This record gives sequence, structure tokens and C-alpha cells, in this order.
Amino acid sequence: MALAKRIIPCLDVDAGRVVKGVQFVDIRDAGDPVEIARRYDEQGADELTFLDITASSDQRETMVHVVEQVAGEVFIPLTVGGGIREVGDIRRMLNAGADKVGINTAAVFNPEFVKEAAQRFGSQCIVVAIDAKRTSAEGEPPKWEIFTHGGRKPTGIDAIEWAQRMTAYGAGEILLTSMDRDGTRDGFDLELTRAVSDAVDVPVIASGGVGNLQHLADGVTLGHADAVLAASIFHFGEHTVGEAKQYMAQQGIEVRL
Amino acid sequence: MSSIAIIDYGMGNLHSIAKAIEHVAGKQRVVVSSDHPTILAADRVVFPGVGAIRDCIAELKKTGLDDVIREVAQQRPLLGVCLGLQALFDESEENDGTACLGILPGRVVRFPRGLQGVDTGISLKIPHMGWNRVTPTHEHPMWSGIPSGSRFYFVHSYHAVPARREDIAATTEYGHQFASVVAHDNLFAAQFHPEKSQHAGLQLLENFVAWNGDS
Repeated sequence: MALAKRIIPCLDVDAGRVVKGVQFVDIRDAGDPVEIARRYDEQGADELTFLDITASSDQRETMVHVVEQVAGEVFIPLTVGGGIREVGDIRRMLNAGADKVGINTAAVFNPEFVKEAAQRFGSQCIVVAIDAKRTSAEGEPPKWEIFTHGGRKPTGIDAIEWAQRMTAYGAGEILLTSMDRDGTRDGFDLELTRAVSDAVDVPVIASGGVGNLQHLADGVTLGHADAVLAASIFHFGEHTVGEAKQYMAQQGIEVRL
Repeated sequence: MSSIAIIDYGMGNLHSIAKAIEHVAGKQRVVVSSDHPTILAADRVVFPGVGAIRDCIAELKKTGLDDVIREVAQQRPLLGVCLGLQALFDESEENDGTACLGILPGRVVRFPRGLQGVDTGISLKIPHMGWNRVTPTHEHPMWSGIPSGSRFYFVHSYHAVPARREDIAATTEYGHQFASVVAHDNLFAAQFHPEKSQHAGLQLLENFVAWNGDS
């Protein structure tokens, strides 16, 4: 198979600054999204995802400037998520140079928004972000539910059905995060990843829990993911994107080297 | 001073392609424009496009840019990108069948459902999204400095089937071999996004800004 599996570093941005400590040893300004994006680009990242976690709406505009600057220097696909609630938000980000937007909470509260967005801008730029948590007890058949508010609020929506519905509404890609694994470094929820990936026609990006390079490879081989997203293993300089790709290639996974 | 015009017909985001071309354009002027005289006066023209084909063709007709593209296609180096490749053909099966510009003979078809990897047998996702290998079928100045099999970034669900085999300039495998690049005289069009394909993509754009239209 010739299409490469993608590795996507994710950057959390608050008021125009990268947070959750990117710690490259030789970086001048660890909070500068442009410098970090450039670094990942040099390492061979296949795409970049920026998650805007800015709480105050008056600082949202700063994200637009970040995207403009990055898009002027880094020529790989850029996805922006966080705070995408209406058509105007999407247009602003695409005009700034983003290639895709991630829609999360707004899709849960207003599924029609995904339909409208896909019709207006094309499925290729609409990523639906799904935060899922396992709700089945041990020994029961596995079941996952959609959660909002950083995994605090249950919605009663089944994760697999939701992924299929969002795809039918025009999502071109699913960014799937296990809220059970996010931040744990225990690896992806592979069962969840595989269940969603096998249930939809569109590519699935696995997210949440990566602690080592084997986890990335497992996401593809066992989780059937088309792309893997990680933050901390790259941010803290433990591994470069290039090392991750070499590792995956050694396991027979097709990557862009 | 020579100039490069990027055709703006209100479909999607031209920021990325403009930035990428500026990056390699040297002293040439890069303009994003819907103005007919500006486009017709440019030395090289880029025809980009994302989204749905019916909207694309409708906008081109509404703005009269369809005729501008036909005129440019007669004489100057023209680079089609993504939907800008598909629109060059006779028709597309997208949106229940859409008549396109008819500059190149052939049609645009969807990747079939249930497509499987050639060696793996694993079912393939649609859209075809990500970095895939591009293999030129013959020599062309646009391939200068780009090794055969280089990876470029794709995102599409439809692909062209040129009627003339000699119009295929490169192929890519996704379930089957499809025409990922077409070329005819002063026309060159890529299904992938050179502006998002890092080194290989920038090299292709650099080749375009130096290309005199001979193949």
C-alpha cells in the first residue's frame, strides 16, 4: 500500500502561545507556535494540529495571526481546532491559511452545523473531533460514550454511532481522542480506535495516551488508524518525529521518510 | 517583470498556494485575482480549487473565468491544482454529473466503494487523504529535481480518467493506478496539493515559475 500513515504533532495554544511546555533543548522561544511548527516541519511531521484553548473570546483573534504566520512558512497541512462554532469561524481560519478545522463541542450541540460546514467548504476540510470515554464495565461488551467539557460531561451518545453519523453528515476525517487515556502515557485505547476506524469510510486519527513509539505503531497496526496524533513525546524532546517514523518503518508501516 | 496570476473565483482558500508560490517566485510578481485582464496579462497562471465541482464550474461561468482559462490554456503555462485539474476535463460524475471545461478529453470519476489495497487487501478510506507516491510516466521540465516516487499530499474522492493516454504525466496507486498528474503542451495539472507537499511540492512550484510551457 502506497499511502503513508501520518504522524501529527499537536500543539495547545492559549492566547497565541504554545502551552503545556514544549521543551526542546535548543529552542529560543518555547512558547512561539511558529518556531515550534517550523521545528516539527523540519523533523518531517506530516501535518500539524493546533488546538486553541484560549478561554477569553477577545483573544481568539490571536489564533488567526498564529495560523497566518505558520502558513506563510510551513508548507504542510494545518488543522485548527478549538472554538469553531459557526461558519464564520471556519471561514476565518481557512482564509488565514488553515487547511482543515476541527469541530468538537459545536457538533454535539448542533449536528446540523457539520452538514452545513461540509456543504459550504467541502468535506476535505471538516474534521470532527470526538472525545470518547468507555462506559461499559469490565467483562461487558465494550461501549464508549461521547463526553464534552474536557471529558467531564456525558452526553449519552454512543461513540461509534456518532462517528458514523458525523461521516454521513459530511465529516472528511475523524479525530478520535480517548478521554480515559489522554495524558496517561499508557497508549491509545486500541479497541476504541479499531472499532471506530472499522465503522467509518473516512480516515481516523488516533489520539490520547501516547507515551512511547510502540504506542504510535500500535495505533496503526492494532488500532487501524490512518494517522496518529501525539503531543508530549515530541514536545519534551524524548523523540523526534523522524525517530518515530524510522521506528514505524522498521515495523513495516508505510511512512513518508 | 514577469508575473504569476492565481485565479480567484471565490472557491476556498488561496492563502496557502499564494504563500507557497511567493516562497519560490523570486522576483516574479504573484497576484491573486479574478480580474480578466490581469490574468490574461500574466506570464503564468495557476488554477486552484477545493470543494464541490458543481459550485466550482458555476462560479467560473458566473464570473466568465471559464473563458479566461480556455484562453490561457491555448498559450501560456497553466498549472491546475486539485479541483483545478478535474475541471479541465469534459465532465465529472460528482454532484450527479457535472459538465466541466472540456479543455482536456476525459472524465472524472469517484474512487469506488469497497476499494482494497493492492498488496494488503485492507479496505481503503475515502477521501484518499495523505502523502502518496507519485511516479512520472515520462520526462517533463516540471519534474526537474523531483525523484520518481516522491510523496505529495492528496485529499480527494474523485480522480481524472484522461481519454488520451499521453496526457497522463504521472500515476499514483490507491486501490488501482490513477492519473495523479496530467500534462498537455503548456498545461500541467496535479491532483495533489504542491503547496502542502513540503520540499517536493515547493520544488514543483519552483519548476513551474521557471517553466516556459514546452514539454
